[in-house]
Amino acid sequence: MSSELINKYFRMNKLPHIWCPGCGHGILMHSIVKAIDNLGLNKDDVCIVSGIGCSSRAPGYMDFNTLHTTHGRALAFATGIKLANPKLEVIVISGDGDSSAIGGNHLIHAARRNIGITTVIFNNSIYGMTGGQYSPTTPTGDKGTTAPYGNIDNNFDLCRLAEAAGATYTARSTAYHANMLIKQVENGIKNKGFSLIEAISVCPTYYGRKNKKGDSVKMMEYLRDAGINVNKAKNMSSEELADKIVIGEFNNISKPEYTDQYQNIINRLQGER
Amino acid sequence: MSKNVKLMQGNEACVEGALAAGMRFYAGYPITPSTEVAELSSLKLPQVGGKFIQMEDEIGGMAATIGASLAGLKSMTATSGPGFSLKQENLGYACMAEVPCVIVNVQRGGPSTGLPTSPSQGDVMQAKWGTHGDHPMIALTPSSVKETFDLTVKAFNFAEKFRTPVILLLDEVVAHMRERTEIPDQSEIEVIDRKKPQKDLDTYNPYKVVDDTLVPPMAAYGEGYRFHVTGLSHDVTGFPSNDGVIAKNLLNRLMDKVNDNMDELSIYENYKMEDAEIAIVAYGSTARSAKSAVDAAREEGIKVGLFRPMTIWPFLANQVKELDNKVNNIIVAEMNLGQYSLEVERVCKSANVIHYGKINGELITPNEILSKIKEVL
Repeated sequence: MSSELINKYFRMNKLPHIWCPGCGHGILMHSIVKAIDNLGLNKDDVCIVSGIGCSSRAPGYMDFNTLHTTHGRALAFATGIKLANPKLEVIVISGDGDSSAIGGNHLIHAARRNIGITTVIFNNSIYGMTGGQYSPTTPTGDKGTTAPYGNIDNNFDLCRLAEAAGATYTARSTAYHANMLIKQVENGIKNKGFSLIEAISVCPTYYGRKNKKGDSVKMMEYLRDAGINVNKAKNMSSEELADKIVIGEFNNISKPEYTDQYQNIINRLQGER
Repeated sequence: MSKNVKLMQGNEACVEGALAAGMRFYAGYPITPSTEVAELSSLKLPQVGGKFIQMEDEIGGMAATIGASLAGLKSMTATSGPGFSLKQENLGYACMAEVPCVIVNVQRGGPSTGLPTSPSQGDVMQAKWGTHGDHPMIALTPSSVKETFDLTVKAFNFAEKFRTPVILLLDEVVAHMRERTEIPDQSEIEVIDRKKPQKDLDTYNPYKVVDDTLVPPMAAYGEGYRFHVTGLSHDVTGFPSNDGVIAKNLLNRLMDKVNDNMDELSIYENYKMEDAEIAIVAYGSTARSAKSAVDAAREEGIKVGLFRPMTIWPFLANQVKELDNKVNNIIVAEMNLGQYSLEVERVCKSANVIHYGKINGELITPNEILSKIKEVL
């Protein structure tokens, strides 16, 4: 089944990918493609946009309209694409640093506008491509090459951030919970407005090694054991949730979508003529 | 037929010119003294089915402008000094990925937030070298409201034809000055659209030269080509490559596609230069003062002329060399400490190049230039 997907949706001459052995990103990339396949989207109508970093190399492998932009700016480029041609199904693949540090402003404003873009954040809790520096999602106390004594920054909850900013669909899953992720990406694409799906990945090369989390298998086992469904988590105390990853759908609401709203203005003005 | 004559300011003429050239997308962030460009774009674009978006910052404004161009629309953004600095990251991206778009910079006093409401011509070098790396740059600078209209059309045409970002450098005086402006009929305006690929979906390479122009045809996302675009050094397929030869050839082609077309890109005016013994070099609003100074000096029998570059980048080296052969003294008047003057000096082998600059947020008056002419005599 997977090989069929590969033939259908990937640029075979660009594979194998450059991700490290044990990296979770391949599973996440597969989940997006599987969601697109399940929805039966036309490849010509899909545009995949990324910024810079490990995750952001994904569009190069994927046989759609693809754009690899500058660091943090994927959502701003994608906003231009979506507004210029709202028929395109625009999917942004972004890393934790890309989306929430340098690109934090674009993230909250894309959410605020509720523009019809689906953003999948490949969160490996570290800056991978530059060699293991701490990111806005590195858990407080954990180490990175620029946090040799432990990171004292508080970390972002990206789903709550996006929801507070106006995203109409937010969800989280992990590289271990791949089937859940597929469903979430499908629902995110189906949502007419801005969708954010946080996909927790594993980075054994930097985050894992720096923080003595073991190899990839060990890290995947941790994702399996730490993942707590949002419905179950509702009845748990903050102490009980301390080392857990709350997964599932957080919100899925309907609000006017940005490019629709703009088209309404155009229609109104042109109707007045 | 009645002429379409309006009293309008430079910023308004810029939007009218952009719409006449086919602009259908604007993304930007408001900054003085460029705000009227955004305001009028927001009013007019939806009327013609185009799109306007006020982005969260200047960086996003430039990014969305590029995104919209890749989706097939003629796109523009406008800003002023500090905002122009923020746009530089993605301006470089547009150079590298060969994405046509127009960036308007209404210059204001700097550095930093400087003098927000005062004129300056301090971004001449930023227009050329603001982004990182070597790259070509086309920048045009008008002296009047009508010329702002005309050069905005030119900026879009150059952007589309050469598949590159083009900068329109205004100064605050030209941007806010109101003048009687005759808008030509749309049928009289030459509009150039980007070259599209032949309908051969399987063999389209977004960076492959297919004719003698060095400019590859450009598809839009959604037309079925499914191509890849990156800011990384890339081969003809658009995919990244670390091959040094590919990187070198790409950069050389980017430079050559502009440098090989100097005849077409060189827009300038020589005023009373035929018998001139002294030349003034001035652009933007300063050139208007210079023209008055030339007329006043001529009345006193001083043989002085004006060379007025409207194409400020690429540098009009051939035209400046002609001045060098013709006169002994060249006065470069500009509202900065010598940015264009240094370029003039660079190519002049015999003439004495004298810089006259002003950086106090006031424009350069005709009398000041006249005094400088008399000093040189």
